[in-house]
Amino acid sequence: MASACRRFVPLLKSVCRFSTINRLAAITSKNGITAYSSNVSACRKFGSTMPRIQKETVKLTFLLGDGSRQLVDAKVGDNLLDVITENEIDLDGFGACEGTLACSTCHLIFKQEDYKKLPETPTDEELDMLDLAYGLTDTSRLGCQVIVSKEMENWEITVPGGVADARDV
Amino acid sequence: MAGYQKSLCSSLRRLWPRNYSTTIRQPHIAIVGSGPAGFYTAQQILKLHPTAEVDVYEKLPVPFGLVRFGVAPDHPEVKNVISTFTKTALNERFHFLGNVSVGSDLDVEELKKAYTAVVLDLDGVLSARSFVGWYNGLPNKADLKPNLDTDVAVVLGQGNVAIDVARILLTPVDILRKTDITQYALEALSKSRIKRVCLIGRRGPLQVAFTTAELREMTRLEGCRPVLDKNDFLGLEDLAKMVPQRRRRLTQLLLNTALEKPSQKDAARWQASSKEWMLKFLRSPKEILPDEQSNKVRGINFTINKLVVLRSVGYKSVGLKGIEFDSRKSVIPSNTGQVKNQPGVYCSGWVKRGPVGVIASTMTDAFETGKQIVDDLASGVLTVSPDHTGRHRIVPYLKNKDIETVSFEEWNKINEHEISVGNELNKPREKLTDIAKMLQIAKQ
Repeated sequence: MASACRRFVPLLKSVCRFSTINRLAAITSKNGITAYSSNVSACRKFGSTMPRIQKETVKLTFLLGDGSRQLVDAKVGDNLLDVITENEIDLDGFGACEGTLACSTCHLIFKQEDYKKLPETPTDEELDMLDLAYGLTDTSRLGCQVIVSKEMENWEITVPGGVADARDV
Repeated sequence: MAGYQKSLCSSLRRLWPRNYSTTIRQPHIAIVGSGPAGFYTAQQILKLHPTAEVDVYEKLPVPFGLVRFGVAPDHPEVKNVISTFTKTALNERFHFLGNVSVGSDLDVEELKKAYTAVVLDLDGVLSARSFVGWYNGLPNKADLKPNLDTDVAVVLGQGNVAIDVARILLTPVDILRKTDITQYALEALSKSRIKRVCLIGRRGPLQVAFTTAELREMTRLEGCRPVLDKNDFLGLEDLAKMVPQRRRRLTQLLLNTALEKPSQKDAARWQASSKEWMLKFLRSPKEILPDEQSNKVRGINFTINKLVVLRSVGYKSVGLKGIEFDSRKSVIPSNTGQVKNQPGVYCSGWVKRGPVGVIASTMTDAFETGKQIVDDLASGVLTVSPDHTGRHRIVPYLKNKDIETVSFEEWNKINEHEISVGNELNKPREKLTDIAKMLQIAKQ
């Protein structure tokens, strides 16, 4: 059952993403920036040739285990695992299960005040995995479960350096 | 940063081609075992060192060790790490040499002559866990033919493997049908009469070794109810608050399942269930009583434990000739991966820390060993000799002994074959379990 839920996560994610895109498409066409005839947009909605719609982005800073900082543009609606993958932040072994809630390698730590602002509290399934995370804190989340929102502008998020820590202590 | 490293590496390679190099020689590293630890160690060495070549030896013609043969078929998400491993394998400095059994085909001594460093990345072998090997298609376990024509199955142990076994025995076959479980196991399970699976632990409810995720999955298993004896859990509520943080939610879920009134939905579901699983604590098997008339087990005598016993049933790593092995802990004694009294020999995986932990801990551990090797290359602890030509020296040696190695490209042929057979059966893959057949397809 739980594994069935886990299998649905990517599906849910794609549904979320799709609806975001649609919503944005509606907004842009209202502004008159994009103008498709309804037929064309209906065809293109599902096609891979759909023109890229500029998604809203926010600036996020990731504090990495080696002490470096990475400033990225994160698309609203993406999850943080996607953000890290798409921005090609070089983290060994990050997101080993590819966002299916079957590991704890996309562990991220938020500032106390930011953590409180996250719209959703972690599910039992996420907490089950977090239990196994290296260096777990009270403000830890799995990156694959946190969706970027506009409220996250200029947030700083720590990527616990499991490897560096284990060795450098 | 990574891009910079890559370009630096390629310009280094251009500046000092192997043939003309006199001062800078390319280190060759051998990794024994192609499970997660082996692949993560390789990944780290390839990343941190610009020229080192990594040769991974595997006993079977197929890679990925316990990801292929240990991870339960109904947990396909866990197997997603294979795509990271495959990416590592595409690196031109990575070479897979399947079908080579280090220890019998080839001694560690022989590897030490050909390599700057040898890493023993053994994830452990299936010992008491034949059943897992059987349903996952481990070649030497394919003929196990477990007896499922009975009501009750007893699993000795309360770890994740024990839970996997229980779940596979109790999950409706139609769910398993869509996984990469072997076809013969599916057939046998569809005829199974098992209604109750009993997991026996030597210690108490506060010491169970499975993880919260696996327990939660059991409480939600379709057509199956948990049967927990309240008496085993009463009075533990206060103690539960004192367990280490990591175990707190696990203990809480266990106590809730045993003591709390189930939700209406769960209650209805459990009522309608025809199968059940149970946990029994503080018992050690004393003797197994055979049935004289048949090949079956008539019963098991248990002793009730008064003392805490610290060893649990689980996977065991095995030793290798010439390498010191602590058989009590099932590990090779080492210091950040460097094997004691064995310069140039390293270890990672379960043979380093013991057979515990999920894939993330194996990963961290393997990275540590990989980093140690690169550090030792930089500091001169490891020196590259002209004899260290790696597989260029070992492959001819194996050819002499009539042993053919399987490359990663050849594994890809096996992979494609398994996926296409699986397609016809509406499952992600149908594993080959016969080594001769694997070799035949690899060499086509």
